[in-house]
Amino acid sequence: MSDTKTVQPVPAPEKPKASLAVSPMRRRFLASLAGAAGGGCLMALGVGIYANQNRALAAQALRPPGALPEDEFLAACARCGLCVRDCEQLNVTSLHSDRKIAVLKLATPGEPVPTGTPYFTARDIPCEMCEDIPCIKHCPTGALDPGLTDINAARMGLAVLIDHETCLNFLGLRCDVCYRVCPVIDEAITLDRQHNTRSDRHAMLLPTVHSEFCTGCGKCEKACVLEVAAIKVLPRPLAQGKLGEHYRKGWEEREKHGGSLIGDQLELPVRGLEGKRYGDTRVNDGRVNDEHVNDDEAPAPANDAPGNAPGIRSDWKP
Amino acid sequence: MSAPGKTPRRPGTEAVARKGWFAAHRWLLLRRVCQLAILALFLAGPWFGVWIVKGNLTSSLTFDVLPLTDPYVFLQILAAGFLPAATACIGALIVLAFYLIVGGRVFCAWVCPVNMITDTAAWCRRRLDIKANHPPSSMTRYWFLAGTFVLAFVSGALAWEWLNPVAIAHRGLIFGMGAGVYFLVAVFIYDLLLTQRGWCGHLCPMGALYSLLGKFALLRVAAPKRAACNDCMDCFAVCPEPQIIRPALKRVGQDSPVIFDSLCTTCGRCIDVCGQKVFRFTHRFDSGSSS
Repeated sequence: MSDTKTVQPVPAPEKPKASLAVSPMRRRFLASLAGAAGGGCLMALGVGIYANQNRALAAQALRPPGALPEDEFLAACARCGLCVRDCEQLNVTSLHSDRKIAVLKLATPGEPVPTGTPYFTARDIPCEMCEDIPCIKHCPTGALDPGLTDINAARMGLAVLIDHETCLNFLGLRCDVCYRVCPVIDEAITLDRQHNTRSDRHAMLLPTVHSEFCTGCGKCEKACVLEVAAIKVLPRPLAQGKLGEHYRKGWEEREKHGGSLIGDQLELPVRGLEGKRYGDTRVNDGRVNDEHVNDDEAPAPANDAPGNAPGIRSDWKP
Repeated sequence: MSAPGKTPRRPGTEAVARKGWFAAHRWLLLRRVCQLAILALFLAGPWFGVWIVKGNLTSSLTFDVLPLTDPYVFLQILAAGFLPAATACIGALIVLAFYLIVGGRVFCAWVCPVNMITDTAAWCRRRLDIKANHPPSSMTRYWFLAGTFVLAFVSGALAWEWLNPVAIAHRGLIFGMGAGVYFLVAVFIYDLLLTQRGWCGHLCPMGALYSLLGKFALLRVAAPKRAACNDCMDCFAVCPEPQIIRPALKRVGQDSPVIFDSLCTTCGRCIDVCGQKVFRFTHRFDSGSSS
């Protein structure tokens, strides 16, 4: 410290002169730099917040066949609309016009789908499941996986019979429309027979979706005869649960190993019920106190004076 | 020069008087024809069933063979952590090569659909004599450009493409505009009432990227007859990046009459409005007629 003071007394006064001369220009430059940097970064931040809020895909919006998982898709899709152009043009006849319209459309700002990305709404127009999958062919980036060659292997979503209260088959009728229109009939949707406990004498044939085969094309949702569909196609992550990795299904394990791993019947002791027949969980063997047993033997006065009943007797049977 | 009290002279009046209306609007008209023709190529399919170009400016396919991809979108995809398929790579390389050779911001003046909106706003500003001007630093666009790449990297999605007015305008015209029209109205209002050439000249990150691509562009505007300049300032009034004219026209920091600044959109409007025929289109190695 003291060395520098003694050695450099001459250049010291020159320095402030030079910096004073440069200062206004440098200051202006730095100010404009800060302005540009601040402005640019603020804009980017705003865009980031907006985009992050809007990256969620509406539950009713389905991606074209072969679309990468949503996270990857949002990185890969160039939003060019070539898939929309190559999508099968369907004749749509309405009251006012008879025009051709594609299943796929590009999201516009304000729609609950990331702007410019392709999607379709099953209830409006479901995927036609073209065998040559034209929508994938010209995708320039590979956001729609060209490795998908079998349309039945597409997994655009998963049909869920979401409303058991209005589904006609659940009401005991034989609607079956969703089952009939399913392109993967008897695999993706089956009719499972169950006893109709309401009428107690009929069967209910309940449309049951199997995630292993459902492509998510949406034809079932489109065809549902209700005013609002009881069966809906949802994006798979929304529709599916997930078992814990460590869960094992006993019946599958048994098949795999040619027999149960823990013995055919596991009997666990239940305290207080030692020595009883299996399944008999009555604590006192169906008998109440001796006094009550004696009362029982006498003609019951319950009918004459219900208020004088000796208490609730859970074991009473006619 | 207009006498005090008179209404301000419109830029180009002298040019119209000396060259005729048509010659004084030659490049403007050509540019509009070019912009609309490119748009028509995209719209011929959906409107008339004549499929020449499919897709939109972000990525397209011409005659089912020629892929073209916007380098900006391509780079954002890379930043988002996805390696696009070969088609997009080839398409981006073709477009990249074109703008590297011909001139980066040729896109802004001759292709971009937003240019018509911002040009209209600038024209209205001059006509309505709107003086209010709150320009951010014109470097903002480069920071924002970098910001969009950082955004793509951090979010793993093409975040800017949610909002990009250029993409929204072009895609909207071809595939349906929806609420996108409000974004374009916002750009128009910003340019009209708040900042002269605000969007294209200060903020647009796409233009920023194309200006970076245009560092070695061949196609340039030059002022070979700068000696004839009568300081009418018409070129400055119509230029979308007025600061770039001075070095070439007034020999500030350079001797060549060529406008080297890559922010020049090569729109040629200065050529139109100059009554003295100072400017002309040339290539960047043209140092001949410097007088």
